[in-house]
Amino acid sequence: MAQAQVAAKQSSIGFGKAERKLLTDPLDSNNPVTVQVLGICSALAVTTGMKNALVMAIAVVFVTMFSNIITSALRNSIPKAVRMIVQLIIIATLVTIVELTLKAVAFDSYKQLSVFIGLIITNCIVMGRLEAFAMANGPYRSMLDGIGNGIGYGIILIMVAFVRELFGKGELFGAKLIGATDDYLLNTQSFELFDIHWLSWYANNNLMVLFPSAMFVIGAIIWAHRAWNPSLVDVS
Amino acid sequence: MTSLVALVLSLMYTGLKGTHELNEAIYAKKAILAAVQNKLGIDAGSLPVEKVQEIFDSSIKQEVYDMKGNLLTPEQVEAAGYKGGLAENVDINKEAKKPESERILPLYKFKDGNNEFTILSVQGKGLWDVIWGNIALEKDLKTIAGVDFDHKAETPGLGAEIKDNKVWKNQFIGKSIYDKAGNFTGVAVIKGGAKEPTWQVDGISGATITADGVGEMLKRGLNYYGPVLDKMEKS
Repeated sequence: MAQAQVAAKQSSIGFGKAERKLLTDPLDSNNPVTVQVLGICSALAVTTGMKNALVMAIAVVFVTMFSNIITSALRNSIPKAVRMIVQLIIIATLVTIVELTLKAVAFDSYKQLSVFIGLIITNCIVMGRLEAFAMANGPYRSMLDGIGNGIGYGIILIMVAFVRELFGKGELFGAKLIGATDDYLLNTQSFELFDIHWLSWYANNNLMVLFPSAMFVIGAIIWAHRAWNPSLVDVS
Repeated sequence: MTSLVALVLSLMYTGLKGTHELNEAIYAKKAILAAVQNKLGIDAGSLPVEKVQEIFDSSIKQEVYDMKGNLLTPEQVEAAGYKGGLAENVDINKEAKKPESERILPLYKFKDGNNEFTILSVQGKGLWDVIWGNIALEKDLKTIAGVDFDHKAETPGLGAEIKDNKVWKNQFIGKSIYDKAGNFTGVAVIKGGAKEPTWQVDGISGATITADGVGEMLKRGLNYYGPVLDKMEKS
């Protein structure tokens, strides 16, 4: 009797505390990038600009959400021997759909992101959540978990891209704010607020455009995250 | 399950193929306009699709030549493997795989009121993979009016600066492709700073091999157009 009740509760579609926890945990205490330390590779490559980071984040949310739903729906019918292969097929199909759609709808972003959209297939977060969650839980909860992890990843991506684009190129979403102007390297643009020209002395830091800076920024974010939330220290 | 997946993907691919090809064509056209964007005072990357098409239809005359300087008909261009028969259909990277004597060269003549430019396409090798570009020449066919480069796999912040760094690209404006004695040199990219500013530009820190590739690409690529430009000058 009790078992039937538990089973009924598990498959019910509600939005109670447990479901909200699935969505909010990956944002903070179980963040895929800073706590689970997954998906670092693409965080290096696509965070040179905020627009690219945003497109990538949306693509990953889409892929994690749908791959979680589909794998969870099929979890009882996949033979154990080919489990990984089936998961790969699901992920690869979704990423190809994303790539074809991006190529048709946002061609400039597609050209800038080029190989990295395809590399979502190898993104540890996607496969990691399939193995850790979708293979053992119902489709509705898996969907929430997928969305949560995707958004958690996206937040970190946007934070890194903000720092790298602002201090590396002096732009945000392509709009020039600070740093050297396009016509002459020694002319700088300054950010005007309250009648003060802020940062008019700032020359672009090319290190921020190169890949190692992403590692530094992610390291700093992990450090800040664990200082703010001491329960995470030594958790992984 | 795989058959379902294959069906969905192939349907999507065939359905979107038209849009993809249109996007690629517009992207290539924007790259050609980017070579003259500085002189025209526009930003080619942010032009709406209709405006790109309008400029191409009204101000650009497209011609394709062979390596000896003979003008090719659209049928000959189609026979070379490019549907459409126009210069915009020619794939410069595909041409580079053919032996030198068999290549065909796209050329764009831009004329809009007082502005008159000749735009050529060149291709070469960067550090990791191929690079290519569009070079706009002034009416005298000796001075550069603007450049636009692109690459397949160069490093962002280093080799990719040939595409992203407007200040570096703007250096090429006004450079001559002949040295003071009248010999053809192309524009050389010099590591450590240009010694002869008439036909040299500064290199990019950390991107020596890519920058050298650009210099080599300009010298060899512009040289291919030698017979064509000679004929144009005489007429």
